[in-house]
Amino acid sequence: MRVTCVVNGETRQADDVWPGESLLYVLRERLGLPGAKNACEQGECGSCTVYLDGLPVCSCLVAAGQADGRTITTVEGLATGSGEEQLDRVQRAFLATGAVQCGFCTPGLIVAVHDLLARDPAPTDPDIREALAGNLCRCTGYEKIMEAVRLAATS
Amino acid sequence: MSTLTREPTTVADGVGTSAPRPDGILKVSGEFAYSSDLWADEMLWGATVRSPHPSAEVRAIDITGALAVPGVYAVLTADDVPGAKRYGLEVVDQPVLAVDEVRYEGEPVALVAADHPETARRAAARIKVEYAVRAPVTDPEEALSRGDLVRHVPVHRFASAGGDALTADVVVTGTYEVGMQDQAFLGPESGLAVPAEDGGVDLFVATQWLHVDQKQVAACLGLPPELVRLRLAGVGGAFGAREDLSMQVHASLLALHTGKPVKMVYGREESFFGHVHRHPARLEYEHGADRSGKLVYVKARIVLDGGAYTSSTPAVVANAATLGVGPYDVPTVVVDAYGVYTNNPPCGAMRGFGAVQACFAYESQMDKLAAAIGVDPVEVRRRNAMTTGSVMPTGQIVSGPAPVDELLALVRDRPLPPAATGDPRERPGGVANTTRGEAVVRGVGYAIGIKNVCFSEGFDDFSTARVRLSVLGGEPAVLVHTAAAEVGQGLVTVQAQIARTELGVSRVTVATADTSVGSAGSSSASRQTYMTGGAVRAACQAVRATVLARVGRTDALSLVDGKVVASDGSVVASLVDLLGEGDVEEIVEWRHKPTRPLDPETGQGDAHVQYAFAAHRAVVDVDTELGLVRVVEIATAQDVGKAVNPQAVVGQIQGGTAQGLGLAVMEEIQVVDGVIRNPSFTDYLIPTILDMPPMEVDVLERGDPDAPYGLRGVGEPPTISSTPAVVAAIRAATGLALTRVPVRPDHIALAP
Ligand code: FES
Ligand code: FES
Repeated sequence: MRVTCVVNGETRQADDVWPGESLLYVLRERLGLPGAKNACEQGECGSCTVYLDGLPVCSCLVAAGQADGRTITTVEGLATGSGEEQLDRVQRAFLATGAVQCGFCTPGLIVAVHDLLARDPAPTDPDIREALAGNLCRCTGYEKIMEAVRLAATS
Repeated sequence: MSTLTREPTTVADGVGTSAPRPDGILKVSGEFAYSSDLWADEMLWGATVRSPHPSAEVRAIDITGALAVPGVYAVLTADDVPGAKRYGLEVVDQPVLAVDEVRYEGEPVALVAADHPETARRAAARIKVEYAVRAPVTDPEEALSRGDLVRHVPVHRFASAGGDALTADVVVTGTYEVGMQDQAFLGPESGLAVPAEDGGVDLFVATQWLHVDQKQVAACLGLPPELVRLRLAGVGGAFGAREDLSMQVHASLLALHTGKPVKMVYGREESFFGHVHRHPARLEYEHGADRSGKLVYVKARIVLDGGAYTSSTPAVVANAATLGVGPYDVPTVVVDAYGVYTNNPPCGAMRGFGAVQACFAYESQMDKLAAAIGVDPVEVRRRNAMTTGSVMPTGQIVSGPAPVDELLALVRDRPLPPAATGDPRERPGGVANTTRGEAVVRGVGYAIGIKNVCFSEGFDDFSTARVRLSVLGGEPAVLVHTAAAEVGQGLVTVQAQIARTELGVSRVTVATADTSVGSAGSSSASRQTYMTGGAVRAACQAVRATVLARVGRTDALSLVDGKVVASDGSVVASLVDLLGEGDVEEIVEWRHKPTRPLDPETGQGDAHVQYAFAAHRAVVDVDTELGLVRVVEIATAQDVGKAVNPQAVVGQIQGGTAQGLGLAVMEEIQVVDGVIRNPSFTDYLIPTILDMPPMEVDVLERGDPDAPYGLRGVGEPPTISSTPAVVAAIRAATGLALTRVPVRPDHIALAP
């Protein structure tokens, strides 16, 4: 089947999509956008988080066909350019605080934090923990991710 | 002689600064290419058929159904492996694909390559394997009595010649168990194998040690190593799980067979079968002490379940034995550690590597001893704390700093966290539970651990660095090239920092690791900053000597901001001018001080390079009726010798502590009759951001004179003592004995 959607502001089309493919697979393997990650493909880790019509979703749980005609923003679409200056404040805060180690959780977390701060510009620590409970990170123990969110909220 | 006269930390982004990660921007923008992100024209996808049985004879394999699936390019079995049919890190015993039998659930039996991953999976499901199922051996004690021994390491040391009777005024005993933990890195096993025109293969893969992979892959493919070229793809965490091969030989076989690039990416369920795990252990301990709590002897018997194949079990057993009494002075030690073969999942390297299991037991014992003599748990540890000059149970003298007492004091003296505020989100179990916290009790627990750094027992442990100084765009620039695996820990950052400090040049590029340069050894044993850091420093020093020789002076010169500076501060020459004669490049192979094998009868010998220490204090709230635990805060103190990158050091300490917390209260691969029952993140739970408390960290820098910059390996120690500290806190809250980790709700709520 054919899937057409707007991804990071551009209309994109994927042909010969097998109906069992996920949005994550289409993004990564058919549209050349491997930023969203594939840590579990079971809806348990949040590494594949993207915006679908403005709402964060686990793209591994969205069937490719469900994305047809919709608008998607991935981590690749958050910066306005390729330099450090053009990064989103959430991306800059992750770098500044050392919240990135292997970085496999990072794209999903950045989208999730971007969404949190859009909804709640000044989250408390318990709010942050609640909002990010679906995003696993195996490297950091989350302390520096907490710092990154606090920093992004104030920058 | 030319020397570096400045303080190393004065250079921007040099050693001792929290220099930013060179791969950071790529990682936050989604552009960093992990091993599962790779793509090539005409690429096929590989899939693996795995045994559903922990033990069976393989009678026949019928691949015709799979070959008939449109889109399938190859179906391979053991017969198609052209070289060695087996591989292994220490012992070559693990089949590339099953040969006549399978010895664990998930053992690879056949491979498929197809034009779509789903096609490959469906074809794999149509391969018919005829098994004659055997009863698996799953009890390590039974395996031991059958003689299925991987290695026995005795460490026997007596205070007086001729041996001592093991008697003391105060004796405490205990038997402890540690469940099977998974590394659960987030980036699944994956890579891309590309067949080359010369008959070889280029393999892009996430691994911990490129050269040990190269050696094993080449042998199995029947190719000379130079035709098997490996390049490190982006690594999504490792923690020991990438030390053994997973898809490397498989993807290469498929690529050579089909003549097309082949990508393999494990799903999360397959990942649980695709790598080795932390050894489950049973540990029987007896501690004897005088009435003041001074240890007189420790006797222990440790059995580690190595599962179906050898992997790194021999070294894990040696660690459990040699580090088995902890960072304490113990006059008489009788420790026997055994690793056995069973039909359980193979176990091997995981962060902490044998020291984790022992620490849970010896620290539980120290708490028992404290209770028996009526002093507090920190005090009994301090009374036995080793120091510089102490003698290990192996007879090895601890030559570097050993601030055990100081680390304990640091975590003890931190202010305790405030009482819970009543916010239901702060209750054990969070908002989802049915109580109002009526039965919540707080507890505080302590632990300290010891870990060896680098490879031990006489292993020829080295790393290689190539450093090139040249002029780029009118400025001096440095290229650092090693085969060392950046797995998330920040090794690329550290390599660049060292080059900046040693050469006084700010523009440093770290090349992608590959096998075109000599081996760097593994990113394990907390060794890479020490070893590859040491190699990069040595190569930079060689480059510096060569370039300074071009000045033609005999007085002391240093390199500062691209200039050669005399000891009076005057500028003698610019690097750009000196490099006009040509680039300077040096390759250096660097080794730590040699170690010795352990005596096979007594376990005596200077087997380890360096010892590292971390201490933890855990504060928990336990709902004693529901059995739920919330860790409120963890404080850690660790001696790192020299914090080469303070931000990365703290990140290692916090991340390692989290994995220890996971083992304490959450993480276990449930194996029943050799079968894994929970191979998913739905059922194998790793800590989320809700499970992790704030973590306070004290970093001590007691330089080790033998190590580059005085540094001490950082990655593993925090994983070791956080587990017993959390369990000690739960014991303090509940009064329960809790001899097994992970502690489950029923261990608390249903305790008799
Ligand atoms: S990959 Fe989608 S939730 Fe894990
Ligand atoms: S940084 Fe590795 S999983 Fe989060």
